[in-house]
Amino acid sequence: MIRAAVIGASGYAGGEVLRLLLEHPEVEVVQVTSRRHLGEYVYQVHPNLRKRTSLKFSDPAQLEAVDVLFLALPHGEAQHQIDHLASRATYIIDLSADFRLKRAEDYEYWYGAPHAAPHWLGRFVYGLPELHRSELRGAHYASGVGCNATAANLALWPLIRSELLDTSQPVVVEIKVGSSEGGAEGNAGSHHPERSGVIRTFSPFGHRHTAEVIQEMGLENVVLTMTAVDLVRGALATAHARVKPGVNQRDLWRAYRAVVNENPFLRLVKEQRGIYRVPEPKILAGSNYADLGFELDERTGHVVSMCALDNLMKGAAGSAVQCMNLMLGLDETLGLTFPGLHPI
Amino acid sequence: MMSTHCPECEALIEVNEEVQLGEILVCPDCGVDLEVTSLEPFTLELAPMEAEDWGE
Repeated sequence: MIRAAVIGASGYAGGEVLRLLLEHPEVEVVQVTSRRHLGEYVYQVHPNLRKRTSLKFSDPAQLEAVDVLFLALPHGEAQHQIDHLASRATYIIDLSADFRLKRAEDYEYWYGAPHAAPHWLGRFVYGLPELHRSELRGAHYASGVGCNATAANLALWPLIRSELLDTSQPVVVEIKVGSSEGGAEGNAGSHHPERSGVIRTFSPFGHRHTAEVIQEMGLENVVLTMTAVDLVRGALATAHARVKPGVNQRDLWRAYRAVVNENPFLRLVKEQRGIYRVPEPKILAGSNYADLGFELDERTGHVVSMCALDNLMKGAAGSAVQCMNLMLGLDETLGLTFPGLHPI
Repeated sequence: MMSTHCPECEALIEVNEEVQLGEILVCPDCGVDLEVTSLEPFTLELAPMEAEDWGE
């Protein structure tokens, strides 16, 4: 069995990694750490895991040597400990934003502080298997992915891959997001009377995940607009862009069909019958699937491309475990095939 | 077995020889209704469908 540990396992992303690893047929979770919840049973923080594990949160200073270490620390912490952490594990998957960007100057621009371990940035593979599958096979270090960045990147990827976009025109991605993106720590704005029922555009532009879209899609002129909606889990990216002259609906069908055929967790939802005819995050809660859709106005060349996902799964823990499967030479889909619930 | 492609999304559509002229088929990829308008050659055309519209 592969011995794994989760550092910072009391947060939502860490808890989701733990849920997946506890059900994974090739993994034994040997340690979970949390300073705040030191000594508490895991199920006292993640109640869905009651009767699934008797692990208690331990002290991160007493880290055991393992095969795989998942880091689910707050942004900015892993980069200060990476040398020590790397001495305790053969493989590291860091869910935070610390090792997602390739260039230290980009990190400083988007995160407002110099990177503490810039020499490590090039050693991490960006942890979105749909974009970096071959690099992840055999890699020892993978970053996590931004949930909103993943929704945007997967919405845009079929168009970018098939070179259908007119990249001289701006790309605008409106992303509706659920409250779990804010993490397990509360604030005045996340208090239930304030958060319940909202449709709040909290970040019109400048969101930090934009950096991952620029980096991974190779786009210069791209804007992400973030709107909080009344969901707990889920994100829906709706990208607006222009296609090159002459591109038609059938070109887009071929582009999207090629991408979903190559990737086990991508599905095309563009139906003219049925209950869900376009991507909808609601039915993806707990699932590693991401649903894609598109529509093209052939008169103007305006394309709308959509991606729905669970921000804690494809947008965080699911992709991280998928990375682990690839890095260790396992079946990419192992432990990740839960299709979601309906109705929910 | 006869085959053609969906006129909407180009999905491959295969049917057995018992298909009838005027029969309505459903595209497995995009879900459109397709009417069999010819058997030789095997031809499908889009059939009218009701679209979603919540814009009241």
